Amino acid sequence: MVPRVDEGMTGMDENGKITGARRFIESIPHARALNMTLDDLAEGMAAVSMPYDARLVGDPQTGVIHGGAVSALMDTCCGAAVMSHPGSAAGTATLDLRIDYMRAATPGQRLRASATCHHITRSVAFVRASAHDDNDDLPVATATGAFTVDTEGGGPA
Amino acid sequence: MTPGAPRPEPVQVVKQRRDAALQTLVAGVPYIRFLGITFDRRGDELTAVLPFDDKLIGNPQLPALHGGVTAAFLETAAIIGLSWSLLWEDMEAGRIDPARLDPLLLPRLPKTIDFTLDYLRSGLPRDAYARARVNRSGRRYASVHVEAWQDNRGRLFAQATGHFLVPAREA
Repeated sequence: MVPRVDEGMTGMDENGKITGARRFIESIPHARALNMTLDDLAEGMAAVSMPYDARLVGDPQTGVIHGGAVSALMDTCCGAAVMSHPGSAAGTATLDLRIDYMRAATPGQRLRASATCHHITRSVAFVRASAHDDNDDLPVATATGAFTVDTEGGGPA
Repeated sequence: MTPGAPRPEPVQVVKQRRDAALQTLVAGVPYIRFLGITFDRRGDELTAVLPFDDKLIGNPQLPALHGGVTAAFLETAAIIGLSWSLLWEDMEAGRIDPARLDPLLLPRLPKTIDFTLDYLRSGLPRDAYARARVNRSGRRYASVHVEAWQDNRGRLFAQATGHFLVPAREA
């Protein structure tokens, strides 16, 4: 659940858009709690990452990050991808999200998620995402989700 | 009382054993502590409790819980619920002694294969509750359903189904 991305934007140029979106993502309290950063943003695409953190460990025997933290990263990334899509006017919220856990994230490594909003209607945005550690060949997890398209004041463009 | 029949254990002893086992299961996981999740136990039934905190917010304007927090809360409720049901069987059958459970060697937690969430309404800035139901628990795989609510038990704000790899059990 993520509100509008355009708030606080400084300009319409690419750098301004990313700067504004980054400031926005990093102002979400839970994204901040996990030290997430917005690394890239394009039309309908986003990349968000977060550092390894001992507080997020789900398996104390191995030091592997809890799946829930991976979900939080991917949900945030999906929301950012929806809001960066030209067909999305205002905010968005998660309708459903399916996460497949392929393997344990390697302890100590940064987790990087990327998401694509591959289709959008007046009401629904369809998103795919994946999360990687330092091994780019095999994702840690993938996700597919449907998100609301909020048209606060005005309706779809 | 029939001579020779064992006296039932005092209720406090039973409760203490079960609570200690639950505590050992939950206390070892840093992420559960990070989110502030606790578990209420009534017999074998667990209710996961997520007390509201500002750091759980995903939409400061509404405000609403972060969708990722909801996901993490339900997944945690599912994993602990499933793990607890396995532990419960072993404990009640006398196969394990909870007093000697080593938090580091405790039955490994189940691994999530996949997790599918339904967001039914936005999560309010209030405490949240969740209960897991193990629909199927086999030798290797388990299927678990979770329901989560806030003010009204009948008005779920999220539900989820997940598949899990059950850790190999000691012979």
